[in-house]
Amino acid sequence: MLLALIFIPFLAGVLSLVSRNASLRYFLLGTAAVLHFILTCSFWFFPPAALFNNWLGLDRIGQLILSITSGLFLGAGFYAISYLKNEKHQQIKDFQEDIIFSNVPEAIFICCMLFLLASMTFLALSQHFGLIWVAIELTTLTSAPLIYFHRHHRSLEATWKYLMICSVGIAIALLGNFFLAVAASTGGEKPVSLLAGELVKYANVLNVKWLKAAFIFILVGYGTKMGLAPMHTWLPDAHSEAPSVISSLLSGAMLNCAFLGIFRTFQVCTAAGLGDFAGDLLIALGLVSMLVAAVYIIRQADYKRMLAYSSVEHMGIVAIGLGLGKAAVFGSMLHLVNHSLTKAALFLVAGNILAVYKTKRTNDVQGMFKVIPISAFLWLAGILSITGFPPFGTFISEFTILKAGIEQGRFFVSGAYLVLLVIVFIGFATICIRMTQGSPEQGIEKVALKQRFLSVVPPAIMILLILVLGLFIPSTFRNFLHDICMLVGGN
Amino acid sequence: MLIEFMMIFLTLVNLIILSTSRLSTCIKVIAFQGIILGVLPVAGGQFDIQLVIFSIIAISVKAILFPSMLLRTLSQLNIHREKKPYVGYGMSLLIGLGAIVLSWWISKNLPLTITPANSAVLPVSIFTAFVGLYLIITRKMALTQVIGYLIFENGIYMFGVILPQKQPLLVELAVLLDAFVAVFVMGITIFHISREFDHIETDQLSTLRS
Amino acid sequence: MDNISIRIIQPILALILSPLLFGIINRTKAFFAGRKGQPLFQTYFDLWKLVHKGVVYSKTTGWIFRAGPIINLSAILLITLFIPLGHSKAVIFFDGDIFLVIYLFALIRFFTIIAALDTGSSFEGMGASREAQFSALTEPALFLALAAIACGTGKLSLSEILVSITSKFWLSHISIILFVAATLIIVLLTENARIPVDDPNTHLELTMIHEVMVLDSSGPDFAFIVFASALKLWVFTALFAGVLIPDIGFGFWPNLGICVLAVLCVSVVVGIIESCIARLKLLFVPHFIFIATVFAVLAMVFVLRK
Repeated sequence: MLLALIFIPFLAGVLSLVSRNASLRYFLLGTAAVLHFILTCSFWFFPPAALFNNWLGLDRIGQLILSITSGLFLGAGFYAISYLKNEKHQQIKDFQEDIIFSNVPEAIFICCMLFLLASMTFLALSQHFGLIWVAIELTTLTSAPLIYFHRHHRSLEATWKYLMICSVGIAIALLGNFFLAVAASTGGEKPVSLLAGELVKYANVLNVKWLKAAFIFILVGYGTKMGLAPMHTWLPDAHSEAPSVISSLLSGAMLNCAFLGIFRTFQVCTAAGLGDFAGDLLIALGLVSMLVAAVYIIRQADYKRMLAYSSVEHMGIVAIGLGLGKAAVFGSMLHLVNHSLTKAALFLVAGNILAVYKTKRTNDVQGMFKVIPISAFLWLAGILSITGFPPFGTFISEFTILKAGIEQGRFFVSGAYLVLLVIVFIGFATICIRMTQGSPEQGIEKVALKQRFLSVVPPAIMILLILVLGLFIPSTFRNFLHDICMLVGGN
Repeated sequence: MLIEFMMIFLTLVNLIILSTSRLSTCIKVIAFQGIILGVLPVAGGQFDIQLVIFSIIAISVKAILFPSMLLRTLSQLNIHREKKPYVGYGMSLLIGLGAIVLSWWISKNLPLTITPANSAVLPVSIFTAFVGLYLIITRKMALTQVIGYLIFENGIYMFGVILPQKQPLLVELAVLLDAFVAVFVMGITIFHISREFDHIETDQLSTLRS
Repeated sequence: MDNISIRIIQPILALILSPLLFGIINRTKAFFAGRKGQPLFQTYFDLWKLVHKGVVYSKTTGWIFRAGPIINLSAILLITLFIPLGHSKAVIFFDGDIFLVIYLFALIRFFTIIAALDTGSSFEGMGASREAQFSALTEPALFLALAAIACGTGKLSLSEILVSITSKFWLSHISIILFVAATLIIVLLTENARIPVDDPNTHLELTMIHEVMVLDSSGPDFAFIVFASALKLWVFTALFAGVLIPDIGFGFWPNLGICVLAVLCVSVVVGIIESCIARLKLLFVPHFIFIATVFAVLAMVFVLRK
């Protein structure tokens, strides 16, 4: 079953690469997304058996990440179909500069999307640290061509930065993995294998110094991929230049995947009694990320970049939550879900705005309610959600983390966290609410397309889910998240 | 003895790469490093059949495939030399010397309970990784940065060779495969960069800000 | 072989054989160029001729110019007393004589330079400034290399260092030996004004370094200078051969024979190098010398790892 989960998107990707028929490719993309989603859902009721001596297996955190990924991909996949149908296949005139460019062939685009899904699935299922590394590097490599969908110099620049920075970061994480191997081989009489489960089980015999070094290197390495400041520099470029549907996948799903790598290492650290050390590092990086994001958000002129910086901020929040430990981990996990759904929805809506207004500058977008009412509504809701406004789920998760911080007596962390959240809120609110109000420029009203069905339904569903999560969390899901907290010593 | 000489050669070629502007020399150095790294696991004298197979694969990927891919990209680009780097070649060499001293000092102070086959392997691996990172930071050509990435990866790989607990063969192969795909994708990107910009200088990729 | 009367044979050999090295180098170059070349003993003839000539001193020169050649020769003669041939002890040795030797070289250089400046010719001043620059670069390399080998053997005297380079030591410290030898060969080429740093045959003003400084010397003074530079070449080749070739363990005489043979071979090698390599651009000479420093640092690093 687990293998099927990886091979469905993989095979669909290969097929779509060789097929010459556009509608067949759309069909493959849709089917793979649906099948993947159904399989993932079925795992909630019928837990699959682990494979290859526990090398591949689905634990709680993996299941959470996998479900988010699969769900987002379902939405993004259908959105992509409508998006690709809209895209012209000949030369396109760029709206920012006076240049003509073409798109990456659709076959390659869809193939890479499916490969990305396969590699993210692979990552969520890997239990061996070596495999995790391989999978994270694979997600980088398969997503690079996606960022370069519009073949012009800006996206190329973004792709190059993304490739180079992330590859180097992940190479650093490889060094971290080797340190982990040293830590595992010097303690007891028999070396512990690099399976996550075994490392946690025999954590008390691991060499503490090397484990610390391993965590630092892995944190920096995967943190680069996750978009933690100060290693985040690729993120705004990549997210703003990629097609919106890809931005939503990168932001909503891929960042979580990198987080998974950190989470597993953190798990080993807490089991070895290094929870405080690792937690403080996570909190520090998290606060720096929030600070950097806040600084850049407050005067941001490009709404896609703004969303990208917001991803940096929210990854910081997740890291802080994990670092604080105990009850905050619950908030952190919940926030992972909330952020993924919200951010994916926002990026998809941003794609709709971009399609109508042909600009990424916030100042040039006005009167969305008059032009694209549904998207405008979703945009507003998404903005409120991303800034942690009740009654959305993000409010609950952010509040949980804050409360846990105060309960633990970490007043400085909590205070800084709160202040930064407020700053981001102000930045977002002033810029984005203005976009929806006012009257649109002449001409845009006439151009305004009828919103395609597929381009608003996925974000609408995601926003709805956040709302539901904000109003009420099902007890099974609550227990599920609690189980994850138990993995890192929370309660 | 063999390992000692391999380490000396690695140090020297690293220094060469720091002090040369010729891209083809850099690529040859990569090939040379690849051979040494491929032989390294079996150079200790133990002939495990798995190890031998792996080292053959590693040599063919690191010493043949990568350099030929890079050379192909180079020939498409019609570029032969690195453009003025941020730090001059003489200065780079000096910094390289400092890095050698530093990496020996670091490896002397690492609480590594394993004794590697040769005490030079650890410092040279640190030095190699340093050279890779240094190239990525100080050179402007996209191609040199890819070379730097490969050297960095080689340095880390060397560290992995010392470990008593071998990564399972499957993982090592997957790591190799990843590096291969990375270089492949980067090569394609460089090709696109050169077509789009008529150069491959990354310092001029600066449209996207804040 | 601690008997001083036998050890004295080492400097005597140096005195007799050193001018031969120039002859060998020149014949090698001639062979590679397809010429017949000068006689092997040309330098001896030149010295004989020069000693019988009179001396011309410019009116602008002072006593420094006259003292220069004499001090040079006496200093290099002193140095030869410290240099063992093969792996035995030299005539004089004590702890730290390495430093004395290095500073005697510096003394020679100093007097060559100020003697050149004393002529008041801008031409010779130019050569002096180049010499000063390059020697300032070679000195740290030489120091580091000798320090590395001193650390490796744990001895501080040149003789004792060379005595401790047994074949066992050679095998266990091969990397250090090679690095030091590499440093020494570059220092040798630089210090003795050979290609690729300087061309001893050219008299082209823009490229010369060493030759230009001694243009004004004549007669016996010039003979002293030529003989001193022959001895200097001998000293460096002997040092190089001593480091590179281990003690084979058959006692004094075989070692001595091997070392003399090696010195002659090294001069052939120098000739080959000169035939194969073009002179470097003056701007690149510091880079070339820097390579020696790199090797010396590597030698030091490899010594200190234990």
